[in-house]
Amino acid sequence: MSVAEIVASVFLLVGCAFALLAAIGLQQFDDVFARIHAATKAITLGLLLVAIGASLLVDQRGDVVKLLLAACLQFVTAPVAAHMVGRSAYRAGTELSPKTLVDELAERRRERGA
Amino acid sequence: MSTVITVCLAMLGAAGLLCVVRLVRGASLADRVVALDTLLIVIVMGIAVSAARTGVGTFLDLLIVAALIAFIGTVTVARHIEQRGAR
Repeated sequence: MSVAEIVASVFLLVGCAFALLAAIGLQQFDDVFARIHAATKAITLGLLLVAIGASLLVDQRGDVVKLLLAACLQFVTAPVAAHMVGRSAYRAGTELSPKTLVDELAERRRERGA
Repeated sequence: MSTVITVCLAMLGAAGLLCVVRLVRGASLADRVVALDTLLIVIVMGIAVSAARTGVGTFLDLLIVAALIAFIGTVTVARHIEQRGAR
């Protein structure tokens, strides 16, 4: 194995491990908001690492651009999507986990009559 | 090298399976949307890993399209949840 292959292997393995961690978090946490928090961040970092690892192994230079473009796209869109889902789930009245300590929006939620 | 790729694909497969379990069990629509979003990104990572295995980037266009569809779909359903309610 060449040096590039070893480095790429490390990136790929760590990235895929992050994907697995995100999916485990999706199972373990017990309300939507904690699941969003687990899934979005871990999977974004995982995709970045996998894209870097794969871009060390592909043959053509254009493919590197495509991989890094997909990673950048995920970095821009993932926070927006997670925020949209979290906000609309809260506004629609999704119940929070009983373990939640502070809900600073609870008063305004009651005022809105949700 | 092929061992690394196999381990990576196995981890991604397990991750996808866990996403599908969450998708089926759900509880609320928002849970299912988050699970679908995560599943689609796991698929994107699978395409990237298989491109790394062969070194051929034919399917990498699909990567960008799938990532974009995941975003647009998630945002659309989020708007829908807000109008329709949590269930």
